[in-house]
Amino acid sequence: MDLALAPETLARWQFGITTVYHFLFVPLTISLASLTAGLQTAWVRTGKEKYLRATKFWGKLFLINIALGVVTGILQEFQFGMNWSDYSRFVGDVFGAPLAFEALIAFFFESTFIGLWIFGWDRLPQRIHLACIWMVAIGTILSAYFILAANSWMQHPVGYRIDEESGRAELTDIVAVLTQNTAVAQFFHTIAAAFLAGGAFMVGIAAWHLMRGNHVPVMRSSLRVGLVTLVVSGLLVAASGDRLGKIMYEQQPMKMAAAEALWDTEAPAPFSLFAIGDVDKGHNTVAIELPGILSFLAHDNFYEAVPGINDTNEELKEKYGEKFGIDDFRPNIAVTYWGFRWMIGFGMASLGVGLLGLWLTRRRFLLAPELRTGEDEVPRLALTRGRVLGSRLERWYWRLAVLTIGFPLIASSWGWIFTEMGRQPWVVYGVLPTSSAVSPGVSQGEVITSMAIYTLLYGVLAVVEIKLLLKYAKAGPPELTEADLNPPKRIGGDHHDPEQQDRPMAFSY
Amino acid sequence: MELPHLWFVLIAVLWTGYFFLEGFDFGIGVLTGLLARDRREKRVLINTIGPVWDGNEVWLLSAAGATFAAFPDWYATLFSGFYLPLLVILVCLIVRGVAFEYRAKRPEERWQRNWERAIFWTSLGPAFLWGVVFANLVHGTPIGESGEIEGSVLELLGPHALLGGVLTLVLFTFHGAVFAALKTVGEIRLRARRTAGGLGLAAAALAVVSLGWTQAERGSTASAVAMAVSVGALVAALIANGSGREGWSFGWSGVAIAAFSAMLFLALFPDVMPSSLGAEWSLTVEGAASSPYTLRIMTWCAAIATPVVMLYQGWTYWVFRKRIGVQHIAEPVHPKTTAE
Repeated sequence: MDLALAPETLARWQFGITTVYHFLFVPLTISLASLTAGLQTAWVRTGKEKYLRATKFWGKLFLINIALGVVTGILQEFQFGMNWSDYSRFVGDVFGAPLAFEALIAFFFESTFIGLWIFGWDRLPQRIHLACIWMVAIGTILSAYFILAANSWMQHPVGYRIDEESGRAELTDIVAVLTQNTAVAQFFHTIAAAFLAGGAFMVGIAAWHLMRGNHVPVMRSSLRVGLVTLVVSGLLVAASGDRLGKIMYEQQPMKMAAAEALWDTEAPAPFSLFAIGDVDKGHNTVAIELPGILSFLAHDNFYEAVPGINDTNEELKEKYGEKFGIDDFRPNIAVTYWGFRWMIGFGMASLGVGLLGLWLTRRRFLLAPELRTGEDEVPRLALTRGRVLGSRLERWYWRLAVLTIGFPLIASSWGWIFTEMGRQPWVVYGVLPTSSAVSPGVSQGEVITSMAIYTLLYGVLAVVEIKLLLKYAKAGPPELTEADLNPPKRIGGDHHDPEQQDRPMAFSY
Repeated sequence: MELPHLWFVLIAVLWTGYFFLEGFDFGIGVLTGLLARDRREKRVLINTIGPVWDGNEVWLLSAAGATFAAFPDWYATLFSGFYLPLLVILVCLIVRGVAFEYRAKRPEERWQRNWERAIFWTSLGPAFLWGVVFANLVHGTPIGESGEIEGSVLELLGPHALLGGVLTLVLFTFHGAVFAALKTVGEIRLRARRTAGGLGLAAAALAVVSLGWTQAERGSTASAVAMAVSVGALVAALIANGSGREGWSFGWSGVAIAAFSAMLFLALFPDVMPSSLGAEWSLTVEGAASSPYTLRIMTWCAAIATPVVMLYQGWTYWVFRKRIGVQHIAEPVHPKTTAE
C-alpha cells in the first residue's frame, strides 16, 4: 500500500505518538524514585511510622507508573532500526554508543534493583533494602543522561566526522558528545521538569486527601515534600530553560525564531504573547507583543537583534540548500510557536500553584498562634498572618492542586514536540534531513499496521493504568503489619528460624 | 583479536545471556498454562521469576543497543527487515511486563484471569518468534543491493524458520521447567520434574533436526562441536533431572542454551547477515562494524560494566534463593476505594 504521503510522514507520526506516550511515564518515574527513596530514608533515620506508610503508598504508585515506563521504553530502542534504518546506518557509530551505555549501565541498574526493592521487604536488612531504591533512582537519572546526550547530538552534532568513503558519521570524541553544553543544559532542564511532575503529583494527591480530612499525618508530610519539590524544581526548570534557550539561539536560530513567530529580524526584538500568522506571506496578521523581552531571552540585554524566520531561511538556503536539495528550512511555525507557549505556560502555572501552596501552608512562625496546626491536623490555608481562606476558597485551592497533577505532563509533552518539530527539516541538525532517514525497505502498510496496533494497545493500557492509579491513590497509605516493623536481620531473610519457614512472602505477584 | 571480531563475540555473549535468562522466564510463563493446576500454583510459578524477570529482559536491550553501536548496518537491516515479527515480539513484551505487575493489583476474577492468559501467550509468542528470527538470520535472507531485506513476510516463515521457532519454544520451556523444579517446593516441584522429562526429550530431538539442518547449510567444525555440546548437555540435564539433581539439571540446560546460541553465531561467522540473493550482498563482521574508535570506547564500557552487572544480578539470585510453594503465597489485601 502506498499513500500520497512523504515516506517519512507516517514514521514521524509513529515516533511522535510512541515517544510522547512513553514520556508521560518517564518524568514521574525519575522523580518518584528519588522521592520514595527520600521518604524511606526518613523512615530509616527517624523511625516515624508515617514515613514508612508514605514510602509504601508513593512506592506503590511509583511501581504502577514505572511498569508502563519500562515496557514502552523497549519499543523506543527497537524503533530506530525498524522505522529509521537509514538514520541508524548513518549515525550508529556515534548515536549507538550512548544508547548502549544506557542499557549496560543504567537499565541494568534500574531493572535489577527494582526487583530487589519490590520483593526485598522481607529478604533484605533495612539499610540494604533502602540502598536498593536509591540504586533505582540513580539508574533512572543515569538513563536520562545518556539518552539526552544522544538526543543533544541530533540537536547539535559534535565530536564526529563524515567518513568520505562510506558517507557516514563517525565518532571522534565521545567526551564532546557526553559533555557538550546542549547535553548538559537539556539534562538539567529535563530532570528539573521531571521533579516538577513528581512534586505536582504528590501535591495533587495529598490535596485530594487533605480536602477530605483523610490520612492526615501521612498526607500532610507528603504535601510539604511535594510543595518544596514543586517550587525548587519549578525555579530550576525556569533557570535551565533560559540557559537552554540561549544555547538554541546560537545553535538553531530557526527553531527559536519559529518559537516566537518572529518573521523579520528585529532589534530590539519583542516577546510575542499571541499571534496569528500567515505562513505563505511570511508575516503575522495579529500580534500582541512585549517589547525588548526576546532580545533579553536571547542575549541578556534589551537591544540586540534577534534573527527572524525569513532572514534565517535565506541564510540556511544559501548554506545547505544545494547540498541537500531542500528549499524550505522552516519548521511548522504554528506548532513550534504554540508548543513553546504551552510548555512555558503549563510549567510556570505548576510553579505558581506550588508557590501559592507553600505560602498558604507556611511554617508556624509566620502564623498567628490560633492558626497553627499539629502534625495530625489538616493545615489551615492562611492568606495573611491572622486570616485564613474561607472554606469555599480553601476547597478551590485543593481542587486546583489536584488539577495541577496534569500540568507538568502537558508542559513536558509540548516541550518535546516543540524541540523535535522545531528542528525540522533535520533529523540531525545540518547533517541529515529527516526525509533521508526512514527505512527504505519498510512499506507504508507495515508502518500503518504497527501504528494502529501501538495506538490501540497504548490507549487500552492508558485506561487500565489510570484506573489502577486512581484506585490506589484514593485508597490511601496501607496499615502497617508486624512484618513491616520487623525487617529481617540477614540477607535472604530470617527463614532459618523454623517458625518463619512457611511464612508468606511480604510481597508476591 | 581484532575489534570487530571481539564485538561479534560480545554481541553473541549478550544474546546468550538473554536466551539463558529470559529463556527460563518465557518457559515459566508457558508453564503457567501447562503445569499449574490452579491460580495459587500459577502464582508460585510467576513468583519464582518475580524479582528477576525485569533485569533479565535488559540483556535484550543491551544486545540491541550494542548491535546499534558496534554494527549499525546489522542493527538497521535486522530490525527493519524483521519488521512484523519484531512488532509481535514488542507487543508481547509490553503486555507481558504489565501483566506481571498488574495481575494481582485487583481482586476481580476476570481481571486476574485475563492477565494470566496474557502471561501465557506473551511468553509463548516471543519464545517461538526469537527462534524464527534467528533461524532466518543464519539461513540467509533476501538482502539486496540496498542492504535491506527485500520480499514479503511470508518468506520469513519457511520450514527451517518454523522448526527453529518450535525448537526455541520447547527448549525455553524445558529450561523453565527445570528452573521451576529448582525454585519451588511441594507437589508442584515433582510435577515440574516430570514435565521437564518430556520436554527435554522433545528439545533434544528438535535440536538434532533443526541444528543439524543449520549445520548442513552453513556449518563449520566449530559449530558442529557447539551443536554436539548442546545436544549432549540436554541429555545430561535429562539424566540429572531424572535422578532429582535439580541444580545440576538447571546447570546443564543452561549449558545447552549457551551452546545452542554459540552454534548459531559460529554458523553465522564471518557474516552477520548472509544474503540469500548473493554472497556479495551479505553483511559481514568487518563490513558492518563501526569505526575502531567507537569500538574501543564500547570495549572499555563493556569490560567494566558487564562483570559488575553479572555480579549484582548474581547476588539477586542469592538473595531470593529460598524455594517457594503455595504456602508462601499470601492472599493479597486489596484496598477498598474510599466511598465518596
